[in-house]
Amino acid sequence: MSGYRIETAGRVNRAAPLTFTFDGVGYSGFEGDTLVSALLANGVDVLGRSFKYHRPRGAWGAWFDDPNAVFSVRLNGVEMPNMIGATTPLEDGMELRAVNAFPTAKSDIKGALDLFNRFLGAGFYYKTFMWPDWHLFEHPIRKMAGLGALDGKVIEDFESDQIHDRCDLLVVGGGVSGLTAARTAAEAGQNVVLVDDHAELGGTAFQRQLIDGVAAADWVGQQVAAITAAGGRMMANATAFGVFDHKLVGIVQNKGFGRAPDLTRMRAKRMVIASGVIDRPLTFGNNDRPGVMSLNGAAELVARYGVVAGKKIAILSSHSEVDHYASVLRDAGGDVEVIEARSTNIQALGKKRVNGLKLDGRRVACDTILTSAGLAPVLHLWRHAGGKLDWSETANAFLPAAGPDWISVTGSANGIFGVEAKLADVRAVVLGSDRQARTASYKATPVTPDPDSKLRQWVDFQHDVTVKDIALAKRENYVSVEHLKRYTTLGMANDQGKTSNVPALSLMAKLQNKPVPEVGTTTFRPPFVPVPLEIYRGAHRQQQFHPVKRLSLEAQHRAAGAALGEYGGWLRPAWYGDKEADTVKVEAKRARETAGFFDASPLGKIEVMGPDAEAFMNFIYYNNMATLKPGFIRYGFVLTERGAVFDDGVVARFDQNRYVISCSSSHVEGMSGLLEAWRQDGNDPDRVFVHDTTHHWSTVTVTGPKARDIVGAVVSGIDLSAEAFPHMQFRLGQMNGIEVRVARVSFTGDLSFEISIETGKVAELWQAVSDAAKAHGAGPMGMEALAILRAEKGYIVVGKDTDGETMPHDLGFGAPRLKKKAAFVGDRSLHTENANREDRKLLTGLAVSAGETPLPEGAHIVSRQNGKMKSHGFVTSSYDSPNTGAPIAMALVDATLVKDGAKVEIFHLGASRHATIASPVFYDQQGDRLNA
Amino acid sequence: MQRFPCPFCGLRDETEFFYAGDLGKVRPDTTQPVSDEEWSAYLNDYANVKGRAKEVWVHTACQEYLALERDTVTMDVLSVTQFRKGEI
Repeated sequence: MSGYRIETAGRVNRAAPLTFTFDGVGYSGFEGDTLVSALLANGVDVLGRSFKYHRPRGAWGAWFDDPNAVFSVRLNGVEMPNMIGATTPLEDGMELRAVNAFPTAKSDIKGALDLFNRFLGAGFYYKTFMWPDWHLFEHPIRKMAGLGALDGKVIEDFESDQIHDRCDLLVVGGGVSGLTAARTAAEAGQNVVLVDDHAELGGTAFQRQLIDGVAAADWVGQQVAAITAAGGRMMANATAFGVFDHKLVGIVQNKGFGRAPDLTRMRAKRMVIASGVIDRPLTFGNNDRPGVMSLNGAAELVARYGVVAGKKIAILSSHSEVDHYASVLRDAGGDVEVIEARSTNIQALGKKRVNGLKLDGRRVACDTILTSAGLAPVLHLWRHAGGKLDWSETANAFLPAAGPDWISVTGSANGIFGVEAKLADVRAVVLGSDRQARTASYKATPVTPDPDSKLRQWVDFQHDVTVKDIALAKRENYVSVEHLKRYTTLGMANDQGKTSNVPALSLMAKLQNKPVPEVGTTTFRPPFVPVPLEIYRGAHRQQQFHPVKRLSLEAQHRAAGAALGEYGGWLRPAWYGDKEADTVKVEAKRARETAGFFDASPLGKIEVMGPDAEAFMNFIYYNNMATLKPGFIRYGFVLTERGAVFDDGVVARFDQNRYVISCSSSHVEGMSGLLEAWRQDGNDPDRVFVHDTTHHWSTVTVTGPKARDIVGAVVSGIDLSAEAFPHMQFRLGQMNGIEVRVARVSFTGDLSFEISIETGKVAELWQAVSDAAKAHGAGPMGMEALAILRAEKGYIVVGKDTDGETMPHDLGFGAPRLKKKAAFVGDRSLHTENANREDRKLLTGLAVSAGETPLPEGAHIVSRQNGKMKSHGFVTSSYDSPNTGAPIAMALVDATLVKDGAKVEIFHLGASRHATIASPVFYDQQGDRLNA
Repeated sequence: MQRFPCPFCGLRDETEFFYAGDLGKVRPDTTQPVSDEEWSAYLNDYANVKGRAKEVWVHTACQEYLALERDTVTMDVLSVTQFRKGEI
């Protein structure tokens, strides 16, 4: 019980007391507190446990640099794991629990792990759990790892807004420098946005009595008022978390507990970074004990929250700004002793709270040790943007060097201390005048830890990386900082090494007898603070993320009792009725016996026009499209340049210079993209044009022995007889005076007519077909029945019955490969060693006996040799066929196994069965029904 | 997020664009014999330039192809022109 609240300092609202609990104990705080400041004000010492050794931990910092205080927080039935205690505002009624500790942070049963620290050094897991197999250990280890746990509940309305914004000048940081930058620019007429992560702007200004001769809080108020008056905007509770390509800055703005933060994508013409400094921890024995804190953090606790970290404070520091911080604590009534840190032969005493300090053999009584081995500029955004760093020997820190010209770093982040010097530099930056060189008024003396010391000295507090671990990494030659980081997990906790990276690489430099800059830093990557994935999702959810395409006839389908499902991006009838299996079989059988009709509107209808259309189509298609006569239709394949089947479908030729491509429903965008690519790259785009009219035309297909009668009752102006209108031709006619296109093509193997009409009139067509069908006992059918009918005929679906390696000759369409003279897409790839292999996977049918269950799709065709199983292909489509009376299947199978009547073993999920290789055409093999 | 200037639509986010290969790549005349090496180079080889790269991109919103010159180190866009046969 060491921290306490004073009345004379702090920005908290004492008129608004709040209550909360931590590990089941009740406490109180004020509006304006963070979780950490409120706990420290209540004298709580142990706020959490470290990740690996479960060592007791207090707060190290008072803001984003704190790696220790992580809580699971519950409020109003909402639980959020892994809240950063130092930056989360306190709200009334919050219930806090320490993560990685059970039952409480103060008495954690896994605390005993620390006794085994000698055996748990860096690389322990890699070395220990390799034998006989890591997977034996993986489950319990993964269970032990990690911090807070999700409660599995969905938080209602947890939705981020994504805001796109722009400005002339973005100022990051609302301290003395940032406020001055924003005011100066706004008053000069610029569109200014200032971003600061605190609820109240001011940065560390409240640590000072006077700024520019005015009381600090008043000065801050004056700047805010002036910025507002000049039209500048300020975003509080907002963190600029990353700089991305082309001057994009990501800003996350917190909205309070349980609410999703907003994301602002800010395009700034210029940016001023005034993000301040954090303390570099001093590395010494047991420097992770509760009560060892950042000096700057302790001053902020006083200035913002009126909280003094301890009753008897020892300051261990090695830089020239120490007097300022000491005075903040003394002014708050603190009992402060300042000790200059020269060696690291120092040891903190006490276990769950510091109770003293051993220094060169001398014992100092204290309950709090405030340390700073130097002030480290916060330069993450500068590094994201490609800015360079220089190592400053006097500051013992990285300072900004050359970098992108649209960004300036100013204030203490640029190594400038003292209000006057800051104000002068900021104005020079904003107004574009010459900047003064940094004065060397600030100095920090390096105090590097002794790697041979017997003391346990912490470098990364959260991930428990000690000096010993870094020395071990060096001995095992993990000397590159990137290797060091991954081997020891240094800097990989939620604080991403804000406090640990510079001490670690300074130590590595010492171990290697190299200057610090030669060791280098690890890559700085966004986000600067943890952000919920929700901000990236935003409105990209459900239908807004993946909108389904909807049919004009959706209302009619629903009225007819359709069960709708997604097929190739379209919401289409799966079947009509209640029960899947029966209904689908009824529809599939009826279509063969009388007729069925279905909504085929998603079928592609891409027009290719122009004087070069013939040559273009002949180049795009595997099949010869130059010899196709007007009024005729041809089935064909489009390949990729690698020779794989990209799409199949029919092409209708309207006249010499006009084709309509009827590609697969799900490939329309891909096909029109492919056509455009070749049109513009390699052809004269003024002589051939591509126009996708899929949405302009809707299609109703009628199939079955009675199809001609039904279509004849609907369409006029066309002689539908088999002699006048054979298979693979099309005609133009009318329905109630409206133009319709009728194509005799079939995806079922039965006599079929596709009737296309302008989309606005399709309801009339559907009604007319429904009425005519009724007279013949025919009815509508869904996609599932259609899938069975096409499979009974061995008709493929590209992407289902083919994969990225399937070439047309694998599907039985080998003629153009050998005979076509003209160039076409993918031609040369059909004659490579790979294309000529004798064990290519061919499309084949697989037969099983009536009464068996259908083969599982995805099941493998296997052989066994010496007890080892080998895959030779897989089942691509499989259905129970009501028209053949037995299950049917298609598969892609190694050509050497494809012999009609051969028995093959089928393996799926541990079970084996057998099937017979057969023709994929299971129904009407002569095609009599098709040409009827 | 980069932004590319479409010659037809103006400055748009890179998510609207799709990379379509190196500028100046010519498809071998496949009506004549093409060696495996030549075909493989056409299919697989990319310049992967560090620095000034000349590339073809398509703006998927308007489906127009464009020739884009950009610096792959600084991510600066250096020039953009409409893509037309024979003009580049």
